[in-house]
Amino acid sequence: MARHRILIVEDSPTMRQLLVFALKRLKEVDIVEAQDGMDGLRKVSSDHFDLALIDINMPVMDGLKLISLIRGEDNLRAMPIIVITTEGAQEDRERAIALGANEYLAKPIQANRVLRLAQSLLKAE
Amino acid sequence: MSEKRDGLFARAEEVLSLFRRGAEFTQDLIKENERLRLQVAHFEAQNLAASDDVQWEKLRQALIARIENLEGEKQDILDRLNQVEGENRHFAERYLEIEEENNNLASLYVASYQLHSTLDLSEVIKIVVEIVINLIGAEVFAIYVLDERTEVLTPVAAEGREIADFPPCQLGQGMVGVAVASGETQCGDAAGPGQPEHPLVCVPLRVQERPIGAIAIHKLLQQKDGFTPLDHELFTLLGGHAATAVFAARLYSQSERKLNTIQGFIDLLTK
Repeated sequence: MARHRILIVEDSPTMRQLLVFALKRLKEVDIVEAQDGMDGLRKVSSDHFDLALIDINMPVMDGLKLISLIRGEDNLRAMPIIVITTEGAQEDRERAIALGANEYLAKPIQANRVLRLAQSLLKAE
Repeated sequence: MSEKRDGLFARAEEVLSLFRRGAEFTQDLIKENERLRLQVAHFEAQNLAASDDVQWEKLRQALIARIENLEGEKQDILDRLNQVEGENRHFAERYLEIEEENNNLASLYVASYQLHSTLDLSEVIKIVVEIVINLIGAEVFAIYVLDERTEVLTPVAAEGREIADFPPCQLGQGMVGVAVASGETQCGDAAGPGQPEHPLVCVPLRVQERPIGAIAIHKLLQQKDGFTPLDHELFTLLGGHAATAVFAARLYSQSERKLNTIQGFIDLLTK
């Protein structure tokens, strides 16, 4: 079975470490971290990823801008995206989904929920 | 002459083969006859039992005993099945509990690891802010640090409102001051006015008995209903580890400053 590659785009090192902890429980995964939207865009453009977890509020480039740029690229259109954010309002969720996010998780997150969503999106891919 | 003899042998062989087949057929007939005889004897015995009341009663009792025995075995199996199902349910519940505990421990480990990952005071404060936003889910809060000389708690970081909206307070006064002086986490009224003096919860930061500061949470993120057991664990962790991290960073910064002063003095003397 091929290894899955997961990209975490999150400015908070604490959240990144927590997500890495949760996702490491998946078998056969390589996890790459990006600290803001621009860093995430660079990494997603130069490498293949099977799943991306993206925060919304980030310096340099926010998560929504990053999602719209990713969905504008033909070769990245099918990559599943999970949004992880402090914004829990329904309109924020709808905006992210409209831009192309597959799932939306409001903080504080539950590690097993992230794990299950990641598992289901990687299987569906 | 030889041809005639071969013909005779072939005929003899054929006759022998015929006899052998006849013998096999006879054996089969004998076996079938034996089987039928046994069957007839069995039916006769059953008929006899059915016709004889005593034999019939014996047979009936034997069957009842067998049925009771089987019923007992069935009940035992059902009891064991119920027991195994109960154990499975218990294991599933324990699995969920352990999974949650594991996640909680991961959150506590990450928080603790991050708090002690730097000796830069501004970095430590930034990490405390990250923990309070991302792991606790607070929207409006402030972090206070105590000036030991003046005994004034001054906000050094705030989220959700301007830092100026959180006035400094005296140790032992107001909810924040009381929490820091007593070392006890103070809980406010969730339906309160939400003013800077009335946080939802105030967590004192202390190194042993030495007060360091406090975290005052005024409002949770809209998707968060209330505090969970993990939040209380995080409050305890922050109360100790954030205080130690702030204390260590302040000491380090002071020692760096002193070292620079002494180095400058030595340089002045030796030049």
